[in-house]
Amino acid sequence: MDERPPLAVDLSNVMIRFGDFVAVRSMDLAVGETEFVAVVGPTGCGKSTILNTVTGLLRPSAGDVRIFGKALAGLNEQSGYMLQQDGLLPWKTAEDNVGLGLVFQGKPITDAREKARVWLAKVGLKGFEKRYPHQLSGGQRKRVAMAQTLIMEPRIVLMDEPFSALDVHTRRLMHRILLELWQADRRSLIFITHDLDEAITLADRVVVMSAGPGSRMVGDVRISLPRPRDVSALQTTDEFMALYREIWSLLGAEVEKSYATQA
Amino acid sequence: MPRRLKILLTQLAIVLGVICLWEAGVRAGLIDSFFFPAPSALAARIAEWASSQDFWTDVATTLAETVLSFIAGIGIGTVLGIWLGLSPFAADVVQPFIKMFNAIPRILLGPIFVIWFGLGLTSKVALGVTLVLFVAFFNTFQGIREVNPVVLANARLLRASRASLLRHVYLPSATTWILSSLRVSVGMAVMGAVVAEYLGSSAGLGHLIAQAEGVLDATGVFAGIVVLSAFVVALDAIVDRIEKRLLVWRPAHVHEA
Repeated sequence: MDERPPLAVDLSNVMIRFGDFVAVRSMDLAVGETEFVAVVGPTGCGKSTILNTVTGLLRPSAGDVRIFGKALAGLNEQSGYMLQQDGLLPWKTAEDNVGLGLVFQGKPITDAREKARVWLAKVGLKGFEKRYPHQLSGGQRKRVAMAQTLIMEPRIVLMDEPFSALDVHTRRLMHRILLELWQADRRSLIFITHDLDEAITLADRVVVMSAGPGSRMVGDVRISLPRPRDVSALQTTDEFMALYREIWSLLGAEVEKSYATQA
Repeated sequence: MPRRLKILLTQLAIVLGVICLWEAGVRAGLIDSFFFPAPSALAARIAEWASSQDFWTDVATTLAETVLSFIAGIGIGTVLGIWLGLSPFAADVVQPFIKMFNAIPRILLGPIFVIWFGLGLTSKVALGVTLVLFVAFFNTFQGIREVNPVVLANARLLRASRASLLRHVYLPSATTWILSSLRVSVGMAVMGAVVAEYLGSSAGLGHLIAQAEGVLDATGVFAGIVVLSAFVVALDAIVDRIEKRLLVWRPAHVHEA
């Protein structure tokens, strides 16, 4: 080992197979300790499969999964996972939902609530502590779900198309909140999306996956845009456009392929 | 609330109208008071009962039987529902037996329970339990089975233990189902108690009605039915309170500002 700190997530030659069906043929993904990596790819290319592998829910059929230098055995204790649909408990208030993971750890409810209120404030939901999920808008629920994941202070944050169901304006607000939180306390973050705009706006690196089944990595592009980024102004800059064109030249072909297999 | 007031007044008008027509019909000789005693006669009978100690013993007996069979039935049904809901193997094994027991007309068990447990409280509670148990069981089972898979996955990702899942996810989910069935369960518990009393007992509202029937006293039977209805309505109101309190998080019960 050289003097560089071990990677937070290091997948090498990972293959994932369900019976005879090869979902992911060969995947190499290296994510540094404070790095924000977005994974893009056409529908059905096994993006979520990658996250499930990092969490330890799926065992790869071949290849290595290393978390902070150690081979992953069982569930990954360092990761926090934010799902595409929020899984808030409808019978718990916003603060109790945010503090849920702490309660599961055996922390007293008063401590969990106290910490949850801090996190609700961080995602801009001060004053919504006692609301039930059905009293919150889609964007507000996402923010509760985000706080619910981040309050556990995972060293590796996994997000699976978390904002895909939101309208454009709400999504942009979520991008701003996420970037602010990440900027303040940088962690390793893997963000799955099919939206290239979103990927370039948020990430340090964009990884492009090929069309499934049997997908693999076809590109790994460093996003050199300076930070902190202005989410709303960024997308009209020349650098952004150039990056978009560069990545789309890789991704576009794969999307076409996925259309062909679906037709 | 003018709409609610309007509904209430209309309901009141219907009740008063029926009572007045009935009373007038009896007085005019159009309705035979032997089969359909006048409302005034029923009121008089109920008033007479209310001043006697025996009547209140009857009410207390039926209430005790109802409450006991309700609690025991819900308890056993819920535990069974959780167990089978969480264990598909056990559910598949036990399913046909449960269907079989549920298919037995429960009234037929009344005499058997009297033979087993005697004429006292136990046989009444036993019949009530067999009725309430299945309602509670099926609802709990359904509630456990129909937990939103995303919610469940999310709780697991937050490292919930099996006990935590049960307490924070499965039970609250099942509670909504159990609560929505409480009303049916209360009705079942009352039915079990009254039917069992009717079949053989020494006290209770069912006993009261059975006695009146034995001497072809239609006034007594009708008065008994009226008292029983009031009894169920009162219990229903209590259940309604409990339900509203426990389901504050549900959209239908919360009015957004």
